[in-house]
Amino acid sequence: MGLCMTNPLYRKDIVSISDLSKTDLELIVKLASIFKKQGPGPYLQQKVIASCFFEASTRTRLSFETAVQRLGGSLIGFSDGANTSTKKGETLTDSIHMISSYADAIIMRHPREGAARLAAEVADVPVINGGDGANQHPSQTLLDLFTIFECQGTLDNLSIAFVGDLKYGRTVHSLAQAMCHFNPTFYFVAPDVLKMPGYIEDGLVAQGVTFEYVSSLEEVVEKVDVLYMTRVQKERFDPTEYMHIASRYVLTADMLSSAKPDMKVLHPLPRVDEIHPDVDRTRHAYYFTQAENGVYAREALMSLVMNEVIEELEYA
Amino acid sequence: MRETMAVEAIENGTVIDHIPAGQGLNILSRIQVRNSQARVTVGLNLRSGGNGTKDIIKVEGWLFSEFDAAEMALYAPNATVNIIEDYQVRKKFPIGLPAEFTGIFDCPNSNCISHTEPVATRFYVREQVRPIQLTCHFCERSFTDSLFTRNG
Repeated sequence: MGLCMTNPLYRKDIVSISDLSKTDLELIVKLASIFKKQGPGPYLQQKVIASCFFEASTRTRLSFETAVQRLGGSLIGFSDGANTSTKKGETLTDSIHMISSYADAIIMRHPREGAARLAAEVADVPVINGGDGANQHPSQTLLDLFTIFECQGTLDNLSIAFVGDLKYGRTVHSLAQAMCHFNPTFYFVAPDVLKMPGYIEDGLVAQGVTFEYVSSLEEVVEKVDVLYMTRVQKERFDPTEYMHIASRYVLTADMLSSAKPDMKVLHPLPRVDEIHPDVDRTRHAYYFTQAENGVYAREALMSLVMNEVIEELEYA
Repeated sequence: MRETMAVEAIENGTVIDHIPAGQGLNILSRIQVRNSQARVTVGLNLRSGGNGTKDIIKVEGWLFSEFDAAEMALYAPNATVNIIEDYQVRKKFPIGLPAEFTGIFDCPNSNCISHTEPVATRFYVREQVRPIQLTCHFCERSFTDSLFTRNG
């Protein structure tokens, strides 16, 4: 970073991971690492941040709100849509118009896809998407990137296996898209009915990313730097089918004997039974650190969006 | 080699020719959305070349711009637009796909925010894939063109 350079995220809306360049992603990851080591600076002092959760999401909301408070900002907002004027029939457009005149930035989650994009077009202040229906959840991807960087020391040239529900999991879609900037090799481990959607595969092919489907977890454990587990939802299968599938997509400690020493297991949480608790005690378990990292990644993101210059980055 | 005209000639207006048979009514409905007073003559299942059939639409008093024609492109990608002045064809151009469609189609994703807010829908055309896909500006989903044209 050059001296007095305006950071490219200043006053930017963070709606979709595809809005962020490689430089943007690297800046966020770098600042998150600094904040984790030495604590965040007072980058939101005198700022009022609206935390608008039109749909409840405890983990995302609490980690965003923790980040804002640790940066010295204050919060207004609501934790679900039940008691807002949305219930009275107010459009999101009108709600955002109003909130944007009160706050310096808006963090929002909404049950409908595209809500954050719409809000960003209506609001005069930056809008940070905390999840819009099944579409995007960019801050989850940022904390995943930071966690991968932290545990591997780099984002470049890594081998990553994505395991479980790759069809409906927006987390894996966004992370795969973001990692494309860093020359990855992907392994996909999923039942046929839960494969990566065609449009994601098309995007990987277009960017020259190498990926391969493998039929069992054991096949990839020794090859990868990161094993990204996701939950296969029981309700998508009949009980017998689920038993069969579970046996192939559940990670246990004894399966990790052939793993590289620094291989780490990630999971966006909550987990159900796809990671056996005995994995928690291995050197490979990293999902609780990943959850903790959500605060640092969000601190970094909010600081960059709300400040033209970040001192730590200038002298880092 | 003059053939009998199945539809009467117009003095000034637009003739959309070589519409795939079956798509004429979809295009007609788009024209009516744009201008419910437009004076329109429609020919369905007319002979076209060898054994093929086509639909044809004549719109009196409205000279289509390429922009006007673009929104018909999903229904009739190979149609041609003839601009008629004083009974003569003054200009002829193929319908071309625009880079984006604004305010024309509803988003096929029923959970897209565009259904509940007072906004114009927007779709980006992805021509590099076959079949052609439209990506919603709001919900970011991509849909094949048949989802838009199936029910007119």
